[in-house]
Amino acid sequence: MVSPAHYVALAVVLFVIGAIGVLVRRNAIVIFMCVELMLNAVNLAFVAFARLHGNLDGQVIAFFVMVVAASEVVVGLAILTSIFRTRKSASVDDANLLKY
Amino acid sequence: MTGSVAAGHASTAAVMTTLQAVGVQRAAWLLLAFPLAGAVILLLGGKRTNAWGHLVGVAMPVAAFCYGVLAFIAMLGYPASSRDRDLTMFTWIDVGRFHVNMGLLLDPLSICFVLLITGVGSLIHIFAVGYMAEDPERRRFFGYMNLFLAAMLLLVLADNYLALYAGWEGVGLASYLLIGFWQYKPAAATAAKKAFIANRVGDAGLSLAIMLMFATFGSVSFTGVFGAVGGAGHGTVTAIGLLLLLGACGKSAQLPLQSWLLDAMEGPTPVSALIHAATMVTAGVYLIVRSSPIFNLSSDARLAVTIVGAATLLFGAIIGCAKDDIKKALAGSTMSQIGYMMLAAGLGPAGYAFAIAQLLAHGFFKAGLFLGAGSVKHEMNDEVDMRRFGGLRAIMPITSITFFFGYLAIIGIPPFSGFFTKDSIIDAAFGKGGTSGFILGCVTVLGAAITAFYMSRVMCMTFIGERRWEADAHPHEAPPVMTAPMIVLAAGSIGAGAFLILGDRLADFLAPVAGIGKPTAFHGIWSVAGLVTLALVLIGISIAWAMYGRREVPVTAPAGRFVTVAARKDLYGDAINESVLMRPGQWLTRLSVYFDNRGVDGVVNTLAATMGGTSGRLRRLQTGFVRSYALSMLVGAVLLVGALLLVKI
Repeated sequence: MVSPAHYVALAVVLFVIGAIGVLVRRNAIVIFMCVELMLNAVNLAFVAFARLHGNLDGQVIAFFVMVVAASEVVVGLAILTSIFRTRKSASVDDANLLKY
Repeated sequence: MTGSVAAGHASTAAVMTTLQAVGVQRAAWLLLAFPLAGAVILLLGGKRTNAWGHLVGVAMPVAAFCYGVLAFIAMLGYPASSRDRDLTMFTWIDVGRFHVNMGLLLDPLSICFVLLITGVGSLIHIFAVGYMAEDPERRRFFGYMNLFLAAMLLLVLADNYLALYAGWEGVGLASYLLIGFWQYKPAAATAAKKAFIANRVGDAGLSLAIMLMFATFGSVSFTGVFGAVGGAGHGTVTAIGLLLLLGACGKSAQLPLQSWLLDAMEGPTPVSALIHAATMVTAGVYLIVRSSPIFNLSSDARLAVTIVGAATLLFGAIIGCAKDDIKKALAGSTMSQIGYMMLAAGLGPAGYAFAIAQLLAHGFFKAGLFLGAGSVKHEMNDEVDMRRFGGLRAIMPITSITFFFGYLAIIGIPPFSGFFTKDSIIDAAFGKGGTSGFILGCVTVLGAAITAFYMSRVMCMTFIGERRWEADAHPHEAPPVMTAPMIVLAAGSIGAGAFLILGDRLADFLAPVAGIGKPTAFHGIWSVAGLVTLALVLIGISIAWAMYGRREVPVTAPAGRFVTVAARKDLYGDAINESVLMRPGQWLTRLSVYFDNRGVDGVVNTLAATMGGTSGRLRRLQTGFVRSYALSMLVGAVLLVGALLLVKI
């Protein structure tokens, strides 16, 4: 049958894909989307564990995570927009002023 | 024959008992205050005091002399056994066990020195008024001279070794300032440095002796040390004695620290007369005689003193024979005469009184000789080469006659001073007995003969014979301010020796001083040794007269044989110092600098470079890319989780 273990495995795969996306992609918006992917993977894992344990704790945390994700996107996109306005580029590789 | 003078062990009181100073002697601090005030006024007053500076500079030593005479008369009023008077001025150092007073000790030995220093000092100050009349820095000169007098008086009056050391250092400083008085002359500046450095070596010996005294006896005062020295180990006492001897060698220009004295003649002649003839160079003899309780207990230290004295005696005499500079010839003579004093002091109680007698008489006649030389130099436009003198007897009669009396005194013609004092020393040397006594006696007799030769040479080249003057020399007699002191000193040269030696006057006066005691019966002035000496002296005079009085003296120095060349080079004293001490010292310095640069600096620089290199490599981690920071965060998170899992499992 389809047990919670499969859901957790899917969550892990999604998380890894999101992590690699954050590390590899250059476009800032794509990085945000990968971060969202990671957060959603974590949500899935929480819900799966809630089903596993038989209580609703995981689902409650999932709600929190969604709120945090939303506010983080707001702030992040605001920063990105401001950077884009000054630099005319959305590539994170161009924001390397802290280089040695 | 010279009567068996056994190493005179009269009851030498090794324990010093001093009473508190009373009456006139309570004001003994005036002896220091007068010259010190003079120095302060003249040196801090500056150019404002130029007009009357020299008068203050003369008044202070004269005032000190007057007080010295008063203190002396007061002392004569006390019975012979209670003449040691102590005056504590203030507590200088009081730390734990170490307690040192700044105190003055008025006893027969110190009062002799006080009278010599202030008396001869006053005369020389008066002379200097005339000698330095054309020098714009005359005020500063008198300031330094007064400073010297203050320090020298502290040296002889101190009642503990540390205050003596303070005076010791003070005279070294004054000597430096005065030798290099004309500091724009490179030769003078170098000579001043040389004198100070040679003195410093001796000072190291003296300070080590004082430290050893404190470590062994717990005290550095005379009463403390002399009271406890009887219970110390023989090695310690000998070590202290040898270290004191080293200090004395530095100050008195004895071997091996003799090289500075001839260069010190770069200073003005009054300086040479006062410091390097009458007083400072005798400080070493004072130290040894004052420390007699220590030397009495160590025959090895005494032997070392006599050897140093005997060697320097001949050394100075040989150098004096070949010098054409009149002041340098007299400086060689000073070195030699102090060798006599050291030799006598090293003979123990048999010779202390004679060393002091020779010291006092020497103060008179050597100062007189130097003032005479200064007078000649002053009149001959500062020329000092005796080959350019000659025939001055007719032009400068007073100078010639006073110089002549000093000359008769120094070579030991009866009845002048040197005869009595020198013969006492020769007699005491032979009286020591054994081979050492015989050798010392022969050395003293030989020294007397050579002294007669070179002093007669000086007389002949300067005062008689053909006039070998420069074209612009117009000498005439010196002004009265300069001739009067010379006359007084000549009177001392004539009478001092007889006064001190005949009737054992000085020996009896000094006998109660701790450690000195009485030389047992010597009365051998007309002994065989004395007559042999007199004969050799006359032979020396006649040889010198034949070489320099009758024959023409060449104006340029002829190339001499080996001994003459060696004597002109100070018997290679400077060469030895340079090769044995200076060059190895320079190599050592260069080696140290090399090690410092390559070694120490190398280690530090390498460390810094390593740090810099490492940080340079590490900083490349800061790529500025967000993704690499994100990667490190990921790696860190994975590690944390892994660790937690490991712990759980």
